[in-house]
Amino acid sequence: MEITKRPLIVSVSPHIKSEETTSRIMWSVSASLLPAMVMSAYFFGPRALFTVGLCIAASVLSEYLFQTALKKKITVNDGSAFLTGLLLGMNLPPSVPFYIPVIGSFVAVIITKQIFGGLGFNIFNPALIGRAFLLISFPRLMTIWTEPSAAFIALDARTTATPLGILKEEGQARLIELFGDKLHLYAQLLIGHRAGSLGETSAIALLIGAAFLLYRGYITWHIPLSFLGTSALIAWVFGAQGALFAGDPVLHLLSGGMILGAFFMATDYVTSPSVKNGQIIFGIGCGFLTMLIRLKGGFPEGVMFAILIMNCFAPLIDRGFKSKIFGLKKK
Amino acid sequence: MGSALFRGGIHPPDKKELSADKPITEARPPQRVVIPLSQHLGAPCKSIVAIDQKVKKGEMVGEAGGFVSAPVHASVSGKVIAIGEFPNAMGRIIMSVVIENDMKEEWAILRDSPDYMKLPPDELKEKIKEAGIVGMGGAAFPTLVKLSPPKEKPIDTVILNGSECEPYLTGDYRLMLEKPVEILEGLKILMKVLGVTRGFVGIEDNKPLAVKAMKEAAEGQAGIEVCGLPTKYPQGAEKMLIKSITGREVPPKALPMDVRVVVQNIGTSFAVYEAARYGKPLIDRVVTVTGDGVREPKNLLVKIGTLVSHLIEECGGLKDEALKVISGGPMMGFAISALDVPVTKGTSGIVALTEGEIAHAGDFSPCIRCGRCIDACPMGLMPSMLSVYAEKGFYEGAKEYNLFDCFECGSCAFVCPSKRPIVQLIRVAKSQVKP
Ligand code: SF4
Ligand code: SF4
Repeated sequence: MEITKRPLIVSVSPHIKSEETTSRIMWSVSASLLPAMVMSAYFFGPRALFTVGLCIAASVLSEYLFQTALKKKITVNDGSAFLTGLLLGMNLPPSVPFYIPVIGSFVAVIITKQIFGGLGFNIFNPALIGRAFLLISFPRLMTIWTEPSAAFIALDARTTATPLGILKEEGQARLIELFGDKLHLYAQLLIGHRAGSLGETSAIALLIGAAFLLYRGYITWHIPLSFLGTSALIAWVFGAQGALFAGDPVLHLLSGGMILGAFFMATDYVTSPSVKNGQIIFGIGCGFLTMLIRLKGGFPEGVMFAILIMNCFAPLIDRGFKSKIFGLKKK
Repeated sequence: MGSALFRGGIHPPDKKELSADKPITEARPPQRVVIPLSQHLGAPCKSIVAIDQKVKKGEMVGEAGGFVSAPVHASVSGKVIAIGEFPNAMGRIIMSVVIENDMKEEWAILRDSPDYMKLPPDELKEKIKEAGIVGMGGAAFPTLVKLSPPKEKPIDTVILNGSECEPYLTGDYRLMLEKPVEILEGLKILMKVLGVTRGFVGIEDNKPLAVKAMKEAAEGQAGIEVCGLPTKYPQGAEKMLIKSITGREVPPKALPMDVRVVVQNIGTSFAVYEAARYGKPLIDRVVTVTGDGVREPKNLLVKIGTLVSHLIEECGGLKDEALKVISGGPMMGFAISALDVPVTKGTSGIVALTEGEIAHAGDFSPCIRCGRCIDACPMGLMPSMLSVYAEKGFYEGAKEYNLFDCFECGSCAFVCPSKRPIVQLIRVAKSQVKP
């Protein structure tokens, strides 16, 4: 009997699947960074948009050319190269010359991701490797911080130090003095009116994006909370010179790349553990290493290296924290 | 009830609205029926009829081929016109008896027992055995076997599975609305056979009318409790249901009877009642014919052996957009390639899906380690690792990750944003290593 027009598809169950796709996740994460980018453009001028745009273009193009050259499937539509470029750009100082984004993107997309087999196979967060490479290769260019100004005069902006730099070199008292008083300092850190990487400064804009991701379930609280919680604890206990339990956790959470790192970089699926308990360990590790570098290391900021180091441990943590099998007695 | 709910699970769109309000109607009698001699898990039946032989409705045509087996009966009266190999819904070739329907609906003589509750357990068991009853939720495990636990494994609880957690299907739901008293009688028979005093009916709370109907019917019945359960797939999986209702966890590789529980399906319980009361063998069942690909979704009372094509015709035919037809539910059912396959005792539904419903059937991409499948797996497995090992051919590695505890519920593959065919990969791995 012929009652079907076309041949029926036969495949293994399940026959229905959720609407969620990898590319939808990548584009949503990119979109969640929009508020932070708006603030970045406001404080650092059109130059910020140019730098980030260049990172995105170079990342996407690198992936496209690599996959074309190797006759692989072109996957630039999945949004992951776009997101890598965006994150890399947001992690650069505002005044870098044009070749910096290009080199960084190449390292991020080709060396860190594609050489290892593409999306899903990389061990390290591509954007962070791109930035680490740039920091080591161009240490001076990568540490010139321009002063934020809402006046759109990007080209002759004055250079200055980041709050973490001041904290490291001159101490907390001096930092508060520079910003007027403590409350004013917090407020400026919150809106992002301070020196720093392009996209990391506005805590409030980043938190709006993070809230969106949490709400949609694209990230969960496990990594950010354990990361920030550990950092806050260490900052409070050991953050002040000479006395225990006198540090300023708020200052540490709101400065540097802490918010950007905890919500948008450490939560990268591919390079973090996939079991929830493991994610908490991962976050604690990130927080611990960040604060170790900030308080004792040679750099004022430690978020990037902390996450990269923990990336190495992610597969190991996953092995150690297998999920609990149904019906198996707890030991 | 009120114990720990199982962890994991998913919330697929349930689509039950397509057929939930359609009362059960009897399907038009087919010209002929194809009765497979193996409709259950276990040994196939032996044919006891010959070509050209006249048979009556309810007459046995295949006798049980062993202990783990169940006899099959003629679902129409008429003449045996062929005994041979026919494809079933799973694409396997099965020895089957083909009967031409004389449309007279002549019944064989059945053993009526108005006082069935007074019968001794052994006699009730005998009636269930004779009626060829199997689990009607899909797996089709012979009911008699579940009712004969070894002495060292005492049973204290019977659970009726009214969760019908597969999307689209509404047959059990309709049966609970239309025959609640009979279903509970079935439960009481099961309890009597097993000598237990505790019986539960577990129903997902997205079916409030069914919960209400069953609760009303259970009013004043000692030892029987109707539980509304949170709606979450796969609530109806035996292990999950037992956990939700009793709090007991069936250990890996063990069976429900190891935690002193027997689970039966709603349709099965109804069939048990009919067998005990009227001596009626399992020759018909409720089948939900539904999906956006079928013109008029219905809940049909169908004679076993009716061809799927006949049912689809009765429901107005397939729409042009229909792309996939499934026997069973969309999470665990089988896609069928030809529609001329018979309905068997385990066929809970026929679901015709369109392109819109089978989201992303095509390409899949690498695992991005997002962990969604791990959060969704009700068995607490790591489907991502299983699929990656299976894909690379490291089947022993997959075994280390508890491959054989997977019961292929499909939750992992449903949530995977990379659309990885995790269940398919798991099946391949299972076929390549010994448990
Ligand atoms: S199909 Fe298997 S691995 Fe996947 S969720 Fe179900 S039990 Fe877990
Ligand atoms: S849901 Fe898919 S992509 Fe995510 S971890 Fe599981 S297999 Fe990998």
